[in-house]
Amino acid sequence: MSVAPHVRISAAITAARDAGRIALVGFLTAGFPSRDRFRADLAAVAAAADVVEVGVPFSDPMADGTTIQRASFGALANGVTLPWILGEVAAVAAAGGAPILLMSYLNPLLAHGLERLPEAAAAAGVAGFIVPDLPFEERAELKGALDREGLALVQMVTPVTPPPRLERLCADARGFVYAVTMTGTTGHAAAVPDDVLAYMDRVRAASKVPVCAGFGIRSREQVTRFAGHVDGVVVGSALVETLERGEDPRAFLASLR
Amino acid sequence: MTSGAGAAASAAAVPDRRGRFGPFGGRYVPETLVAALDRLQAGVDRYLKNEDFQAEFKQELASWVGRPTALTHAPTLSRRWGADVWLKREDLAHTGAHKINNAIGQTLLAKRLGAKRIIAETGAGQHGVASAAAAARLGMPCTVYMGAVDVERQAPNVGRMKLFGATVVPVTSGDATLRVAIDEALRDWVADPESTYYSIGSAIGPHPYPYLVRELQAVIGREARAQMLERTGALPDAAFACVGGGSNAIGLFHPFLEDASVHLIGIEAGGRGAGLGDNAASLTYGTPGVLQGSYTLILQDEHGQVRETHSVSAGLDYSGVGPEHAYLLRTGRVVYEAASDADALDALVECARCEGILPAIETAHAFAGARRYAAAHPGARILIGCSGRGDKDLSILQRTVLEGLA
Repeated sequence: MSVAPHVRISAAITAARDAGRIALVGFLTAGFPSRDRFRADLAAVAAAADVVEVGVPFSDPMADGTTIQRASFGALANGVTLPWILGEVAAVAAAGGAPILLMSYLNPLLAHGLERLPEAAAAAGVAGFIVPDLPFEERAELKGALDREGLALVQMVTPVTPPPRLERLCADARGFVYAVTMTGTTGHAAAVPDDVLAYMDRVRAASKVPVCAGFGIRSREQVTRFAGHVDGVVVGSALVETLERGEDPRAFLASLR
Repeated sequence: MTSGAGAAASAAAVPDRRGRFGPFGGRYVPETLVAALDRLQAGVDRYLKNEDFQAEFKQELASWVGRPTALTHAPTLSRRWGADVWLKREDLAHTGAHKINNAIGQTLLAKRLGAKRIIAETGAGQHGVASAAAAARLGMPCTVYMGAVDVERQAPNVGRMKLFGATVVPVTSGDATLRVAIDEALRDWVADPESTYYSIGSAIGPHPYPYLVRELQAVIGREARAQMLERTGALPDAAFACVGGGSNAIGLFHPFLEDASVHLIGIEAGGRGAGLGDNAASLTYGTPGVLQGSYTLILQDEHGQVRETHSVSAGLDYSGVGPEHAYLLRTGRVVYEAASDADALDALVECARCEGILPAIETAHAFAGARRYAAAHPGARILIGCSGRGDKDLSILQRTVLEGLA
């Protein structure tokens, strides 16, 4: 276990690339649709995806569309908390499988305490964090804390990020760069126009770590369009809806590639 | 007496370039909004102190908003309370509250920044009405997000927004009040950050909004300070304002910050009690956290989940507060207290009957706080920020106080 957690993330994505596949990053909200079934859901996604993002529910998910809002509020109603999530992740991560990141708005992490968060997360087998409301300029304290344990703080970039800023954001990225496909919230299916692919090419040129596209990815057609321009795709709302319908996440993820 | 230059120098001290008021404030937003906030910051730097912008802003404040608003002596309240009570009459401003100062200022700025549409959130509906009116005045389309509960309890304001040509979008998630309306406005802005201008209604949100809104609302305190000196020959002993997000309070207080002799007291919504979920008093009962773009005091549980609030007043019914108020609480320059629903309603009726002025339920919290202060400080000269008028509140007043009145 001498490999730093953030390296496990990038290695999982490049391994897919080396095998000639686009990497799949699967997102599910912790404890939704069912708290009792979450461990089995997480294990199923971890078996089928290359990297897993576990959503920590928050009362004010401002970057999320209707599906993940519903999942977030449902999980909170199910009594989901960060300490509970760490326990569930630990049980699944111990069995190996895809590296697991936590996607969380900043406030639940602050409430847990940034001092003790990295150790608790690393002990649970968490490999990194994605914090959608923490821009580059405000990240120093959390990044410093996560660095101590070798955990990734995944950087997001968007189509409206100006080019000089894009360079700065990608310069010391760890794990992967999360390239948001469009302006807007999560979950809205969108076509993939040529200018989005050109933007992905720019991100990839700027980044030393793998690049994954996310927001609104629901179909094999979209995934095929991104192939060759990014190393992986993040599938969130569509996977949450699959779990919500009680369907097998492995079959859905397999259908994307 | 402190000089105006001293006050200006201090005003420049906070926020710093990163929008920090001490530890509070900052800019906690998705990456999609960072460039939009940078453009807004550049616009604020370029236009806010610019002569042409200020000339147009002042002209609109004078001829369209109706400034300066009156300073009214309240002789009957003074006699009853054993104090000398003065009211800064923002309820007389166009559309009925102080919100219009900020709305017209931000809409003028949006035009200069080349925005194609205005979006806004609203709680009591006052910022929604003000934004709709300002957008109509300047010929821009306007969409207002409003919690579905507030749409119901502030129905007259919904009608006014529509008459001004705005689209009103009811938000049904969460407790369907101000906080989820802000979340939804942020989602709209994230979808189109380049041609949409988000006109935020209080001194909250990511930098530079708390600074921008303060600067646009500080006209309240500048006028009130000069009017007090002119009418009474002295500054007040204490000034009161209600605090939800805190825009009227920061607007009234800011020009008095250097006047050490003036007690500044913000009154929050104490609701029905001290328990989490029973009030909207973030400064009195909250803990530090990040909500809707800034690090401030918020009403949250031990896991960092922001909790629903309660107040009889839709405009104060919010789980956070502007970061500068959190800072002023910490430095001790401003004292914050809570007034209950019952105290506020009682103070509202007293003001209406004694002075022939019907304050908004939000505003009535400041009267309740001032009345308490007067009881402990006989003879005090008291300034109350009369931030808005209560016409919009008739349906709530019907249920709460009118049925009990003879």
